[in-house]
Amino acid sequence: MTAAPPTIGVLALQGDVREHARALESAGAKVITVRRPGELERVDGLVLPGGESTTMWRLARTFDLLEPLRKRVEGGMPAYGSCAGMIMLADRIRGGVAGQETVGGIDMTVRRNAFGRQVDSFECAVPLTGMGEEPYRAVFIRAPWVESVGEGVEVLGRAEGGRNAGRIVAVRQGRLMATSFHPELTGDHRVHRYFADLVRRAMTEED
Amino acid sequence: MSTSSPAPENTAPETGTARVKRGMAEMLKGGVIMDVVTPDQAKIAEDAGAVAVMALERVPADIRVEGGISRMSDPDMIDGVIEAVSIPVMAKARIGHFVEAQVLQALGVDYIDESEVLTPADYDNHIDKWAFTVPFVCGAVNLGEALRRITEGAAMIRSKGEAGTGDVSNATTHMRRIRQEIRRLQNLAEDELYVAAKELQAPYELVKEVAASGKLPVVLFTAGGIATPADAAMMMQLGAEGVFVGSGIFKSGNPEQRAEAIVKATTFHDDPDVIAKVSRGLGEAMVGINVASLGEDQKFAHRGW
Repeated sequence: MTAAPPTIGVLALQGDVREHARALESAGAKVITVRRPGELERVDGLVLPGGESTTMWRLARTFDLLEPLRKRVEGGMPAYGSCAGMIMLADRIRGGVAGQETVGGIDMTVRRNAFGRQVDSFECAVPLTGMGEEPYRAVFIRAPWVESVGEGVEVLGRAEGGRNAGRIVAVRQGRLMATSFHPELTGDHRVHRYFADLVRRAMTEED
Repeated sequence: MSTSSPAPENTAPETGTARVKRGMAEMLKGGVIMDVVTPDQAKIAEDAGAVAVMALERVPADIRVEGGISRMSDPDMIDGVIEAVSIPVMAKARIGHFVEAQVLQALGVDYIDESEVLTPADYDNHIDKWAFTVPFVCGAVNLGEALRRITEGAAMIRSKGEAGTGDVSNATTHMRRIRQEIRRLQNLAEDELYVAAKELQAPYELVKEVAASGKLPVVLFTAGGIATPADAAMMMQLGAEGVFVGSGIFKSGNPEQRAEAIVKATTFHDDPDVIAKVSRGLGEAMVGINVASLGEDQKFAHRGW
């Protein structure tokens, strides 16, 4: 007998929602979009997509979603953020706009637009801990990097090659994870499978 | 047979790939890109929740009034906007003017709009956009035009509408037409796609891809005449993945509030209660010109082919 698939939400205020939804579906999840507190209540886990973090923050604030998001993350809901989503899950950010707030949850400092402007956006191989032998073909778009992490944060991946070699680009702290890059833009769904498994385990633990 | 050493692309970071260029547009989805002519306006746009700004010297409504030749903006002006905000900055080059595009890339803009709003520099050829690291967005009035731009390397498409009018009717027409032509392709038999490609004047491989996926291979935004939150929401319901607002914001009575309202209406485009709420008390919309009253020679949408 197989358990019911987890319901995973994609925060749909702005950004590449559809790509995440597709990747999560292929990882066996039931996917809903989340723009309102009522929708947030129904999910077992949440993906915060790529997009513009300042836009997401302003809309989350205006439509009373920021506090509910913080409450659910504090309450142990698994969450995964890519790019702008990584910024949203960071406890501390640099290079944000005046007053920019985050949901927080991961004890890290993230620098916004750290890799530069769009002409500096790039693809490269990133080996990821716990996601197989083959390095990940990672797509970085005006991407942030993780400047520092607290003790409880596991570094899952670092940039390789070029002037940015060694920069932290994938992390996990308990049920929360984040990547600077966009696995949803490639056909390689290992990151989404990893997250869906994390959600399934969290559901079992709470049963 | 090649040796076992890994391909270079697996070790060295690669910039300017199709995935990086098209991916940038994916990140703008569900958002509003606003025309700005000063750093202060750029700041207002960022504070209102714009996902990007388009830096240009004159908004389309003023280009219409003042006439003459419209060109790429002064690099000082573009630098000023890049300095003022941390969101992506786009800028316009004239159709076919590849040196303006080279300059914009050197300035570090995040996206180039090869735009019919400026006076074309080449009436035969568009810019070879594959030759650039920076991605391009181009306008289209129908599917064939969109696919020709994608063939030339455009990483994002916007329906043209009729810029600088505040009249949404052409944006509606162009978005409906593109979506309708995609639906038509989906219903054709495989052996009918060859003729469809001929009719669309677009490469067969691309036509086949669209027929199979039911969408363009790049992000599709709307532009040209969007002036109100309801305009933006209607275009989203018609299938746009995001919105360009040109003259509609800074030619209106209360730009701050209108900008914010259009951002909210774009996200909640399917929720009339939200659209009603944000539409209240916005003050004067831009004055506007009925597209039907424009002479054919005054229409920007005819530029590009």
